[in-house]
Amino acid sequence: MNRDDIFSKIQEVLDDALGVDEDEVTPQASLTADLGAESIDFLDIVFRIEKTFDVKISQGELFPENLADNAEWVADGKLTDTGLNMLKGRMAHVDFAVFEGGDRSIAKLGDAITVDSLVNFVEIKLAG
Amino acid sequence: MRWLWIDRIIDHEPNKRLVAIKNVSLAEEHLHDYIVDGQVVMPASLLIEGMAQTAGILVGTMSNFEEKVILAKITKASFDSDVTAGDTLRYEATIDRIDNSGAATSGTVDKRVAGGEAWERIGRIELMFSHIDNNNAGTEFPEHNFVFSDNFKMILDVAGLGGYVCKQDP
Repeated sequence: MNRDDIFSKIQEVLDDALGVDEDEVTPQASLTADLGAESIDFLDIVFRIEKTFDVKISQGELFPENLADNAEWVADGKLTDTGLNMLKGRMAHVDFAVFEGGDRSIAKLGDAITVDSLVNFVEIKLAG
Repeated sequence: MRWLWIDRIIDHEPNKRLVAIKNVSLAEEHLHDYIVDGQVVMPASLLIEGMAQTAGILVGTMSNFEEKVILAKITKASFDSDVTAGDTLRYEATIDRIDNSGAATSGTVDKRVAGGEAWERIGRIELMFSHIDNNNAGTEFPEHNFVFSDNFKMILDVAGLGGYVCKQDP
């Protein structure tokens, strides 16, 4: 399955999970800021990607979870250097450039996860 | 679960499916507030609630009701026919996927054909449930399971499912 095929299936996943039109699902669209995803939608998306691509996704593998519980990762609501490096290491599918040198508020974390992030994730997952 | 929108559980296949019956009665006051073409009609939102209770119990049994199971999302709901007083409904819920965070279910709503034993498919509902003690926001909730309360346990007992452990209210 090539990247275009994966993108096309991700469009269907997001159409079903979020009720958005496929033409809204552009590669750069943020799941939260542009497509209106809320926390339960992330679980829905995980379940649908598992089914669509016949893969198993561990909790916290696709979307970061419970970061604020760890004081080494988050301080005063902002990602620490350790936290950012941890995310980069664990989540190669997400482009964290938005946090480099700028506002590191974890409230912005959802904005960093785009349609491209999901395509990257599936591509990496299928490559095994 | 304060108001019950199912009357009896009639089938339970552990970890897979649960089936419940609802008899719609003119004694239900809400019906009198929703009249279409001169006929009382059960609102679709309450049909969805019936499915949410059916599927929610199924999800609850999978953790012996240790988890607080909250309806988090109506993924899809479609209905082909109105439901009115005198109708009998059959909700069948199946588990699509479940993990520590929550569950996805799909289900059907059937209506008994008047005067017969046959059933007519009138609805399809997909839902998402959250195990709220494992919510991403880290919000804390009371320890006792306020979702599955005493009146709900009565339904389980009648169905022979009373053996499922349920944390008691304080």
